[in-house]
Amino acid sequence: MLRYTLKRLISLMLSLAVASLVIFAVIEIAPGDPAQFMLGVNAQPDTLAALRAELGLDTSKPDRYLAWVGGMLQGDFGTSYTYRTPVAGMIADRLWVSLPLTIYALVISILLAFPAGIYAASRRGRIGDAAMMGTTQLGVAIPNFWFAMMLVLVFAVNLRWFNAGGFPGWDKGLRTGLHALTLPAIALALPQASILARVMRSALLDVLGEDFMRTARAKGLSRGQAIWRHGLRNALIPVLTIIGLQVSFLLAGAIIIEQVFYLPGLGRLIFQAINARDLIVVESVVMLLVFVVITVNFMVDLAYAVVDPRLRTRT
Amino acid sequence: MSRGLWIGSLLTALMLGLALLSLVWTPYPYEQLDIPNKLMPPSLTHPLGTDHFGRDILSMIMVGIRTSMGVAIVAVAIGLAFGIPLGLLASQRKGGWIDEVIMRTNDVIFAFPLLAMAILITAVFGPSATNAIVAFGIFNIPVFARVTRGGALSLWEREFIFAARVAGKSRLRISAEHILPNILGILIVQGTIQFALGIQVEAALSFVGLGVQPPTPSLGRMLADAQTLVTIAPHIAIFPGLAIITIVVGLNLMGDGLRDWLDPRLRVVRA
Repeated sequence: MLRYTLKRLISLMLSLAVASLVIFAVIEIAPGDPAQFMLGVNAQPDTLAALRAELGLDTSKPDRYLAWVGGMLQGDFGTSYTYRTPVAGMIADRLWVSLPLTIYALVISILLAFPAGIYAASRRGRIGDAAMMGTTQLGVAIPNFWFAMMLVLVFAVNLRWFNAGGFPGWDKGLRTGLHALTLPAIALALPQASILARVMRSALLDVLGEDFMRTARAKGLSRGQAIWRHGLRNALIPVLTIIGLQVSFLLAGAIIIEQVFYLPGLGRLIFQAINARDLIVVESVVMLLVFVVITVNFMVDLAYAVVDPRLRTRT
Repeated sequence: MSRGLWIGSLLTALMLGLALLSLVWTPYPYEQLDIPNKLMPPSLTHPLGTDHFGRDILSMIMVGIRTSMGVAIVAVAIGLAFGIPLGLLASQRKGGWIDEVIMRTNDVIFAFPLLAMAILITAVFGPSATNAIVAFGIFNIPVFARVTRGGALSLWEREFIFAARVAGKSRLRISAEHILPNILGILIVQGTIQFALGIQVEAALSFVGLGVQPPTPSLGRMLADAQTLVTIAPHIAIFPGLAIITIVVGLNLMGDGLRDWLDPRLRVVRA
């Protein structure tokens, strides 16, 4: 297990290093000088030079790359070109919206998908299964931001159960905060729940055909008991992979959903940064997204190895 | 052919038909403004109503389907054009350094969330349909490379390939003449699924302003316009959304149906 972990860890580090290089290289291609952009066309040459020095733009490319990566490792993501404040602080503020939203949506997705998948698998080939699979087929196809607009229409405009958008902040209390994130989380969760339900169903169906399930039934367990005690645990491996993948889909989805609900999360930050050509913010947020995805995949790999020792020897 | 495949093909043909029809005919010119008749609900003159400029929504949706499908198809084509040769090359010498380099590079690209890639590209080169296509195209390369390599690896162990090698054919020729035709089915299935994904990607990117730019209508672009008006004129958001759902359901049903039809044992990467 230790060997396996180390191997995965090295591969994780390598992926992160390559990803950071790619991001840095792409950003470097961007035309225009950030210092010039900040000061405008009429800037005096000496102010320009001073600002370039302040931003570290007067050093060579390898130096800048090392400074960027080295800074990030110490939690210093540089200074925003437009706001002149530390990027790390800006990202941290926004994460307090985006991350809870992602987790909230993941919880909803799992709570919807597990019962739906188990139900469909246990009714295989019958009308309940067909209805559930039809629903998930639709759920996969519905764009989450469109679904979000429909939710706003029904639950905010017509029924007035929720606000159409905005976020009051966590200092107004946990319930108020969660209430504001409920519609976005549901919209975000629906397509992912549909995928997860389908995976859950097919994983369970694979397991149901196994010999040990027949043995469990022969021992006298009811169908439900056999599924609960033996089926689920063995079906969890593929389900776990998809849950891992969903974390990154949900985080990316959150960036888009935030636009519908006017939530002050990472999405708002990055789109403002793109419009203002605040490339250092873009660079850092993209790196953060990639970091999250690669790290989550790494943890999923480790989780597999814990669940299924046979996987430890494979690469 | 299963029922799913029938329904899927029918829905896809319907939407493709609308897109092609828009090349020669739409109820109204899609760019024709008619401010006095703006935000009209569906009626006999405008079956799906009008938008905030009085443009006919049915006409815009027809052109929009064309734009969205165009974006998705080109991006899938990029994935196929680069992914298949890379996958074939990697499979020719499993475990060799070429295989390692190709597959590890694939892993790195695959680790980039699609949105992060799109953000990075548009931040540098500016938002446009082309850049959305490039982002999704790059995303597709490792998908097709993996499917190709996966399908090809087992074939290399088969006797008819061995026979071809004994006959003196080069690895390159075998790849083109024997391997590729045998993995065409799985590539078509994966292509259908990526096509469906592409429709959703176009919608999402254009919705947040990173994709198709006005005045070109695309399904995602129309939803972006609808966002601020959805509360006063729900129809301008509902119909483009339904068009997206119809295309995606159709393509997904088609992909699943084709997979079962071609080979029930095939497993496709759903990314």
